[in-house]
Amino acid sequence: MQNVIVFGSNSTIARSVIDKLALERCNFYLFAREKSQLELQINDLKVKYPDINVSADAYDALVDTGEILNGKIKQAFDQLGRVDLVFIAHGNLPNQSACEENWQDANSALKVNGLSIIEICHNVAKRLKEQQQGTIAVISSVAGERGRQSNYVYGTAKGMINIYLQGLRNSLYPHNVHVLTIMPGFVDTKMTTEFKKGLLWAKPEKVANDIVKAIHAKKNVIYTPWFWRIIMRIIKLIPENKFKKMKL
Amino acid sequence: MIEQYSWGRIKASKPAQIDFPSANYSFLQRELQYLAKGNLRSYGDEAYNDNGIILNTLHLDHFIHFDRANGVLELESGVLLEQILNLIVPCGWFLPVTPGTKYITVGGAVANDVHGKNHHKVGSFGCFVDSFTLLRSDGLIYQCSRELNSHYFYATIGGMGLTGIILRVKLNLLTVNNHAIVTKAYKFRNLEHYMELNAELERQSTYTVAWIDCLASGRSLGRGVYYTGEHAGYLERLPAINYNKRTFPFTPTKSLINGLTLKAFNTLYYNRPVAKSPQLVHYDPFFYPLDKLLNWNRIYGRKGFYQYQCVIPNAASDAMREILRRISISGNGSFLAVLKTFGSISSGGMMSFPRPGLALALDFANRGNSTLDLFRSLDDIVLTHGGAIYAAKDATQSREVFEAGYPQLNEFIKYIDPLFSSNLWRRLYGN
Ligand SMILES: Cc1cc2nc3c(=O)[nH]c(=O)nc-3n(C[C@H](O)[C@H](O)[C@H](O)COP(=O)(O)OP(=O)(O)OC[C@H]3O[C@@H](n4cnc5c(N)ncnc54)[C@H](O)[C@@H]3O)c2cc1C
Repeated sequence: MQNVIVFGSNSTIARSVIDKLALERCNFYLFAREKSQLELQINDLKVKYPDINVSADAYDALVDTGEILNGKIKQAFDQLGRVDLVFIAHGNLPNQSACEENWQDANSALKVNGLSIIEICHNVAKRLKEQQQGTIAVISSVAGERGRQSNYVYGTAKGMINIYLQGLRNSLYPHNVHVLTIMPGFVDTKMTTEFKKGLLWAKPEKVANDIVKAIHAKKNVIYTPWFWRIIMRIIKLIPENKFKKMKL
Repeated sequence: MIEQYSWGRIKASKPAQIDFPSANYSFLQRELQYLAKGNLRSYGDEAYNDNGIILNTLHLDHFIHFDRANGVLELESGVLLEQILNLIVPCGWFLPVTPGTKYITVGGAVANDVHGKNHHKVGSFGCFVDSFTLLRSDGLIYQCSRELNSHYFYATIGGMGLTGIILRVKLNLLTVNNHAIVTKAYKFRNLEHYMELNAELERQSTYTVAWIDCLASGRSLGRGVYYTGEHAGYLERLPAINYNKRTFPFTPTKSLINGLTLKAFNTLYYNRPVAKSPQLVHYDPFFYPLDKLLNWNRIYGRKGFYQYQCVIPNAASDAMREILRRISISGNGSFLAVLKTFGSISSGGMMSFPRPGLALALDFANRGNSTLDLFRSLDDIVLTHGGAIYAAKDATQSREVFEAGYPQLNEFIKYIDPLFSSNLWRRLYGN
């Protein structure tokens, strides 16, 4: 890895992944929603890793689509030259009951956590295909594997990404472009600060470690921490007849 | 339901809400009370704000600027000391003052004006704070230093989070050759012997601290082991860090610390062989022996534990003997107790705990009233001899003891932010 684009660079997991890649001396082009946060992040990286290059641009998943997004991504590719990795980590945890009340909330949750990610993939896939090399790594979620009453709007967006990435992986394979789907379980981040943390909760550094390893090893789908693979296998095995009566 | 536990785990706090502060944070809910929290390494109720808003600073974790030539570091208040050390030590710098754990935030270090093993030589953390920015509920950000807004500067250093939220801090660092410490250990037979040894070693050594066996009594009252340390000079080969971190995996229903385990541990500790010659070690086990076992606070079980830390003015070493005697009789004490003398260099913090004298810190499993009764009798001694109790460790002191221990309290109160409060403050002063 040498040149890396990150979407949602200021998320807890992304920051930890960036730290690990910076130790490998990668250069970065960062996208995050808030300009002030991006400035902080650039300063922080400059202090910690004085000899890497970091550029950045603000990006809002709800606003920056179509030509605007295309322009921003083009700028990143032009600046970095060849791109080795596009890491997509933006998203938010919508409030399920608010989504049930207001279509607006559901709509924007689906856009931020689903459609916007697909649009970025669509855009960078073309460019990486031209390069005939590179990796796209996307943070999805175990929530995308089965719809549950507590967060199925979020789950729907993530489910959509999972299927899209399967197809993309398949279609980019002949072009030497790799696609990684990342399935984290519960991670102790800013997004989940108000949740009570139990045994299943993982630290972002652990998750970031798994992600960087998987990128290097060209894994297709990873669960992090690993035990979520087993948990999800069991959850997917429950017959729908039973599942619909459960409170999950 | 949100719950938070401070290090002593005596009782959970239930804030109404947790927010993420930023430079443009707005204090909208003016009917609630605000309080910043760092990494919750304070022991009692100082970082608690039941039914109020907790401002979690752990995501204020960016470095802003590092002047590698002059050792000046500017950073956000939620950065942990551990992260600072990882950055600066390879560049030949060190924290000029560090407490016994590196898992605290810079904001927490300022808010308690923490002290280290070198207090007698250099003073407390606040002495090395060049400046900081303070966000108050009027929505303004105050630049604070010894020259600018100096009243807020001195009120906030040691100010227990009550003056607003510290956003950024500029620190002066200490230059070192490498990560190694040269340490030496000395046994002392009792408190008198400690005083003798200390008088001599304190003059020579940068870092000093003593572990004492708080169960020993009679002629052995206050026996223990004294450690000194210096940053190593130039070395060709450096000591490696030689341990793995372990996590205490669960919270037992009952405390694993009882009369039997305690006696055995303290006796073994005092009698273990102590190297006669200086040892070269990595700074980590020297400064942070307890960090080796993450979450060790859980061994005290579901009821949690208290730490009692007081300082007694130099003239009153008899008072310290009496304190040790009562703890020894109670049989209630903890694993090792820590004894350390503070020097006279002050950061100027109005509410800073360190002051010239003899400081004792030790843990007590929470045994309900019997523990509280013991504290009350110790408090009495502290009160009569002009000592003070450390707010970072406190959960029980009375208003009377507090007021006697902090003579600049009335000045400090003027600078408390009207929307900020904590469980500690409400315990002492009501709403
Ligand atoms: C194993 C161990 C060893 C220790 N050894 C020492 C020692 O040797 N010397 C010593 O002095 N202390 C020692 N302590 C105590 C510790 O250093 C202090 O309690 C420290 O303040 C904890 O920092 P924190 O980030 O965890 O803050 P918290 O415990 O979360 O908060 C402590 C206080 O700081 C305030 N605060 C935190 N961040 C901010 C901010 N950004 N703005 C405004 N206020 C803020 C809070 O409101 C609260 O009042 C030790 C603690 C442990 C657990």
